[in-house]
Amino acid sequence: MSELLALGDDALIAAQRLSEWVSRAPTLEEDVALANIALDQLGAARLLLSTAGDEDELAYLRDGPQFRNCLLAELPLGPARGDLDFAWTMAWLLLLSSAQLLRYTDLAASDDELAAGIGAKTVKESTYHLDHAHQWTLRLGGGTDESHRRVQEALDSLWPYAHELTEGIRDRWLALVEPILAEAGLTRPADRWQPEGGRTGRHTEHLGYLLAEMQSLHRAHPGAQW
Amino acid sequence: MELAHPETVLLDDPARVAEIAGAVPDPELRVVTIGELGIVRGAELAEDGRVTVTITPTYSGCPAMDAIRDDIRSALAAAGHPDVEVKTVLSPAWSTDMITESGWAALERTGIAAPGASGTPACPRCAHGGQPVTPVLQISRYASTPCQSLWSCRSCLEPFNAIKKL
Ligand SMILES: [Zn+2]
Repeated sequence: MSELLALGDDALIAAQRLSEWVSRAPTLEEDVALANIALDQLGAARLLLSTAGDEDELAYLRDGPQFRNCLLAELPLGPARGDLDFAWTMAWLLLLSSAQLLRYTDLAASDDELAAGIGAKTVKESTYHLDHAHQWTLRLGGGTDESHRRVQEALDSLWPYAHELTEGIRDRWLALVEPILAEAGLTRPADRWQPEGGRTGRHTEHLGYLLAEMQSLHRAHPGAQW
Repeated sequence: MELAHPETVLLDDPARVAEIAGAVPDPELRVVTIGELGIVRGAELAEDGRVTVTITPTYSGCPAMDAIRDDIRSALAAAGHPDVEVKTVLSPAWSTDMITESGWAALERTGIAAPGASGTPACPRCAHGGQPVTPVLQISRYASTPCQSLWSCRSCLEPFNAIKKL
């Protein structure tokens, strides 16, 4: 079940990251879209974490080194912490949701009945997430010089982290993502350094800030409800 | 003296239990019931009289699920059965094909379109029997609930929601 925990942590941390966009997206429609994608990620996280234990305890009471999410999920959605960038976010979502789609497809085909049920449910939702990122990648890549520059810069910065994200599914993932980059007129970044550690609990400094925000209420008021 | 609750007899029948649970309005789309949306998957009656209702989420993160569970318990409590367990199942995964004909009709009456066979919905204001289909434009793949997308009609210029194919 450790794979389900890792996927659950990816989804949980991604949900928290995406929720930073709520009330701050460039248009109302996009605000709604990002909030919905965050909600789907949270839903997937709840299903996946519940296979490993109590979802609330896992989400709110673990410390950084106990989380198994890949590093990509916890990275800030802009060139610097606190600096939300829309093109950056779409590049991040493209890399993440394409990998999630493949992982959930594999889950759906697994012999474990529970895992297969979760996979069948989440695969439909991540298809929409990837489609959303795909459409925006085309618009940003083929848009203005500024939008092209920003999405390319984000891709170049995030690409190394996709190494850990796509462990074991690299070829299938490239087959999914490379045509989208080509269609958008973007350069597929070269494979350079390969930062990793999230799956074994060695995280970037960004996870600590994210957890502080996500966990503070539950830790101050254990069992709080509204 | 034994006081028989008038509804207790009806609850001997799992189909009747599912019917009462299914008649609960969806908390977000009040015009349709959760039965019509295909959220209620069935009901069981144990020998000790305990009732289990099985539901499936439309989207995994659907925030209405907790409200739906509470509403099912209240509806069955009102029908004389206070001891109800609501179980959530994922398989088979919910799909738009589970929405009933009366469900689609109720949604369309409120201005929420069906996804359309080709993936393009018809404007619920302009599309009346025999009328030519007006061109529509997708504004956003996401709308006020996870299960809907946002469209605009090029003829009447009004925006409308459509249920997303899932
Ligand atoms: Zn119209």
